Amino acid sequence: MATTLAPTQVTLSGDSMTINMGPQHPSTHGVLRLVLDLEGETVMRCEPVIGYLHTGFEKTYETKTYLQGVVLTDRMDYLAPLSNNLVYALATEKLLGIDVPERAKVIRVLLAELTRINNHLVWLGTQALDLGAMSAFLYCFREREVLLDLFEMMSGARLMTSFIRPGGLMADLPPGWTELADSFIRAFPARVDEYESLLTKNEIFRERTIGVGVISRERAFELDVTGPSLRACGVDWDLRKLAPYSGYENYDFNVPTLSGGDVYDRYLVRIAEMRESTKIARQALDRLPDGPVVTDNRKIAIPPRAELATSMEALIHHFKLVSEGFKPPVGEVYQCIESPKGEIGVYMVSDGTGKPYRCHVRAPSFINLQALGPMSVGGLVADLVAIIGSIDPVLGEVDR
Amino acid sequence: MTAQTEQTPPTDRFAPSEAHAASHAAAIAAVQEAFGDQLIEAVSFRGETTLVVGRDRILDILALLRDHADLHFDRLSDLTAIDYLNLGGDPRFAVVYHLMSRGNLARLRVRAQVPEDDPSIASVTGMFPMANWPEREVYDLFGIVFVGHPDLKRILLPDDWDGHPLRKDYPIGAEEVQFSFNEDEIAAQYPQTLEEREDRYFVPHPLNN
Repeated sequence: MATTLAPTQVTLSGDSMTINMGPQHPSTHGVLRLVLDLEGETVMRCEPVIGYLHTGFEKTYETKTYLQGVVLTDRMDYLAPLSNNLVYALATEKLLGIDVPERAKVIRVLLAELTRINNHLVWLGTQALDLGAMSAFLYCFREREVLLDLFEMMSGARLMTSFIRPGGLMADLPPGWTELADSFIRAFPARVDEYESLLTKNEIFRERTIGVGVISRERAFELDVTGPSLRACGVDWDLRKLAPYSGYENYDFNVPTLSGGDVYDRYLVRIAEMRESTKIARQALDRLPDGPVVTDNRKIAIPPRAELATSMEALIHHFKLVSEGFKPPVGEVYQCIESPKGEIGVYMVSDGTGKPYRCHVRAPSFINLQALGPMSVGGLVADLVAIIGSIDPVLGEVDR
Repeated sequence: MTAQTEQTPPTDRFAPSEAHAASHAAAIAAVQEAFGDQLIEAVSFRGETTLVVGRDRILDILALLRDHADLHFDRLSDLTAIDYLNLGGDPRFAVVYHLMSRGNLARLRVRAQVPEDDPSIASVTGMFPMANWPEREVYDLFGIVFVGHPDLKRILLPDDWDGHPLRKDYPIGAEEVQFSFNEDEIAAQYPQTLEEREDRYFVPHPLNN
């Protein structure tokens, strides 16, 4: 049946040249190094070499309480920190067996979709820039700035938000936040039209992307590619529909799929996803219920500051939660969500203490990057740049 | 094989759908029937089912789960390992496979026990090509050897790294920071001359020899 994946190889004529692309290369989206065998301009072998950003997050999780671990999730996929916060929080909540209030769920969906837009904006800007289209980058970063302002308003940080936490959220949305989000969501579809007017029918962009980096549906299944790259192969696969979490079953949205499996289709899928995300964010904003944003389970949620001065119990809970953390029962869970890049999953093992015994992250960038070799062999080295961008890897998440 | 052990009564929120629960039960029954001596226990927790098995026939077990007409766990979504040293684990390691059925979307976890004195297990890359990098990662960080892997080498750490950091006996280390009061002490730990530096850091490049 399946062939193995070890460095994809084509027979060489002997005139090949082995070169390094990266780790310091502007279009490898971080410190990705590719060892390439070239014959003229043709890629005969492409072997990604990773690990330059390895920071040992999985080891560090084991030394932090569950609440402290949230900050590490931001730093993996630093373009979609709220998605990472969400999957970590959901895994911890599954371990604890708790639920969060309705308002927290709706805000989580809203933020997850804004993060998806944020991620796709960076992807679109850099993908276009790699192919020489400078203006799209500036347009995308204009809108991204508004999103970062929103994140800063609610959490105090533009990138490392740590806003979605086990048990709920860090805090409620600040005054004025929903109005700004509303104006962004209202304006955004027209902005997506602007990006499309720059690229979708652009002759150069089409020449550089159509038929480039093709991967078949079967090969994508074998390599377990997920996210927009899989949906561009004609597979209707989105965990928000297949295994809804955080109330996604209550929202009306489509899963865009195309069947070409090339860079251009991956581009179109992500563009369509931005529109769908805007739709979901609109629905979430419209139905935002009142109420608390943190679970009322005092063994898990840190009590409000105001209670510490008057309630002895609140003080004890606060002390215990900050010094030891909550202690989930012994067990193991796997929770996954549809991050902007694909299926991100957290496998968490508890030994009954305040710290995870083992916390493994199934990073979509890491798994999807395996498909880079099969996608690029036989193509031109200049197309490699387009293919890397279309997989949308974030090296912080690849190396963890 | 002990009976299916319930660690904590699952709350309703996490209970699997009827189809998934049936799929889990069928998987346990199928493995029990075909490889009864390999199945050590089956654990349910929060609606997820884990089959704890021996490592000897892991390929056969995964192939059974993949090809069985009613189960069809045809997707390996994740592969990782655990070091049970601090929990007094015997055997010490476990390699964890997260399977999923693309048809009915049921998930199943298979945990294969790997002993400390011979940390090796058959590679599943022939069955699931996706396992290539995850197996290299486990080899790199746990030191578990995957027999039959086409290209088993370190992936995240440098080739000359000592030890396997995700093992529980690998310390969370730190380099002492150099301040004025310990400047000489710290400097003495590092090579002083160019020759010493080359001895320590120069690694011949594979292309140069």
